[in-house]
Amino acid sequence: MESTARSFKENAHHALGDARLTEALARLAHGFPARRRDAAARLPEFDQLRDAARDIKDHVLDNLDVYLDRFEKQVIASGGRVHWCRDAVEARDAILKICQAADARTVTKSKSMIGEEIAINDHLEAHAIVPVETDLGEYIIQLRHEPPSHLIAPAIHLSMDQVADAFRAHHTDLDPARPLVEPRALLDEARTRLRERFLKADVGLTGANMLIAETGSIVIVTNEGNADLTCSLPRVHIALASIEKIVPTLEDAATILRVLARSATGQEISVYTTFVTGPRRADDADGPEEFHVVLLDNGRSALLGSEFHEMLRCIRCGACLNHCPVYGAVGGHAYGWVYSGPMGAVLVPGLIGLPEAQHLPNASTLCGRCESVCPMRIPLPKMLRHWRERQHATHESPAIARAALKVWSFLARHPALYRAVFGLGVSFLASLGRRKGRFRWLPFAGGWTSVRDLPAPEARSFLLQWRQRNPGTRT
Amino acid sequence: MASPSETAKPSPHVALFVTCLVDLMRPSVGFAAIKLLEQAGCRVSVPEAQTCCGQPAYNSGAKADAQAIAKAVMKTFAGFDYIVAPSGSCAGMLRLHYPEMFAGDAAMEAEARAFAPRVYELTSFLVDVLGWKDVGTTHAGSATYHDSCSSLRELGVKAQPRRLLAEVAGLDLRESKEAETCCGFGGLFCVKYPEISERIVDKKVDDALATGAGTLLAGDLGCLLNIAGRLKRRGSPMKVRHVAEVLAGSEGAPIGEDSSVR
Repeated sequence: MESTARSFKENAHHALGDARLTEALARLAHGFPARRRDAAARLPEFDQLRDAARDIKDHVLDNLDVYLDRFEKQVIASGGRVHWCRDAVEARDAILKICQAADARTVTKSKSMIGEEIAINDHLEAHAIVPVETDLGEYIIQLRHEPPSHLIAPAIHLSMDQVADAFRAHHTDLDPARPLVEPRALLDEARTRLRERFLKADVGLTGANMLIAETGSIVIVTNEGNADLTCSLPRVHIALASIEKIVPTLEDAATILRVLARSATGQEISVYTTFVTGPRRADDADGPEEFHVVLLDNGRSALLGSEFHEMLRCIRCGACLNHCPVYGAVGGHAYGWVYSGPMGAVLVPGLIGLPEAQHLPNASTLCGRCESVCPMRIPLPKMLRHWRERQHATHESPAIARAALKVWSFLARHPALYRAVFGLGVSFLASLGRRKGRFRWLPFAGGWTSVRDLPAPEARSFLLQWRQRNPGTRT
Repeated sequence: MASPSETAKPSPHVALFVTCLVDLMRPSVGFAAIKLLEQAGCRVSVPEAQTCCGQPAYNSGAKADAQAIAKAVMKTFAGFDYIVAPSGSCAGMLRLHYPEMFAGDAAMEAEARAFAPRVYELTSFLVDVLGWKDVGTTHAGSATYHDSCSSLRELGVKAQPRRLLAEVAGLDLRESKEAETCCGFGGLFCVKYPEISERIVDKKVDDALATGAGTLLAGDLGCLLNIAGRLKRRGSPMKVRHVAEVLAGSEGAPIGEDSSVR
């Protein structure tokens, strides 16, 4: 996917002016966080499970080579194949080759963020293969030629009438008199269309929430059952996943499943949780003839052992997005690439480069709510700060800001000078602002006064007053 | 968090870390803090070499500058029983981020780790360490309390200010739905991304106004300046004060208002 992360500010400006997006984000903010809170409250051991889930992924990341190797052996033993891909180009080629070998004309897809990462739909279309998204939200945004705006609710930015408009525009045989107002009507319309597609597809392409080393299985979590039809009806099933999705055992997968849905939607468990191991066996009633796992690195191994190592624990539940004030203001598209919100602001610079994603680690108040709800206890604010440290170290932050910081930091270490400079400035501002108690505008304070008044300093600085009141004491 | 039983000395020697924002923008909060600490039986000193905790540098990625400032702060505040700040953000910086920023430098990290447990946010110090709640002031009217992110999520300060405010005669404290949501200040964030900050603070202001309270209180001046600034820009009569002012019975004008408004 093409990045517009560099234009984050412009994207955000556009998003803030979009009234329907604002409404959609308000619905999100009132829904997911409360449901997560209630789900966590219903499970006394929720926080211990978070610790356990974190420990599982820490162990995996420390032994990733071992578990990936074990996973591949088990996939082969169950009759499947693993395709190792360094980057998006390799992953696209691997998928295209499998599709071409199967003479595929239609590929059904269940939701995959890695699919977005490698822009697989565009690649298939360019080679005359039709990709069909089967997750309802993904299907809607595919019609609208948009990327997802949320990890688990890709069309969360849209209102129902926008969805109806998209259906009417693309389902050209749709009776104009048929009402598409109720959610149920929209769902039925999508379901009817997708049913034909499921049956005609030659290849099914799914993501994977986890890869289990001990069995060579993949785990797919959905609420619509579309992944089950995607992976069981076509002749070929391709599962697309990144390398850090691995867990050692079925037991470990179960632990992570217990925090995943609760953190994401507040469900105890998602409606469908599917374990797939290899292609159809001789005594299976159905299933694909071929099973492929396309394993993508795409910059992740470079994060191993770095200050961003812990980001690789992420299970893409979306809790950090749902609780983020910045995501809640601008939505997912403003971030400009596949991932958004706090997890995106940490991960994206690692995947597409810090210069392109320069805004993302800075566009955060570091309020810490993301970390407080993360099921994998990823210290997201700390890692946002680490990206800022890299920008500072490599002089990627604005020169004026750096110079101002340098001067300020020098003064902060020289109290007498600090007091002379700021004490004088404050006394001046205090006398200037005494009448109104605030300023509507001040030179060099445009960032502040463009949206809010600046309260005037009360009087002379505290320390000057203190010294005056306590002339003898020096501590 | 220490429990009241940990309080050993009858009259602990407390250094006030006044914070740069209180020092420059709202001195009355510093005097209110001193009054409260003295009422609670502390001997209070104000080290004059103090400036800032270094957070602007730290959160801007200027780690070396932040470390240099941290070293100066720890030197300035050596030798006291406790270091207390009328701010969760600055207290969190000293308590949590100083040890973290010296990771890899064993000697400095050890120094920061020894320093950190003596640092407290004001209301949590009064309640958790001193077990004090003889507030004895009056504040007629209604107020809602905004939890600053650092106080709440870094230091676990939630009940302490409310427990103290419950002792203020005449005060009707009303909880807002989103008290725990960020106000959009975020240090330099609010001037780097003013439009986003505006949307966030507008939600905060709407949430506070929905309580019908006359005053918004918080324990961090960063949030307060941001919220007061937005309230005034919107022409709202809601008053804004630091919690220490109400607890100490300060009589000054609310934040961002002229001294005729009380």
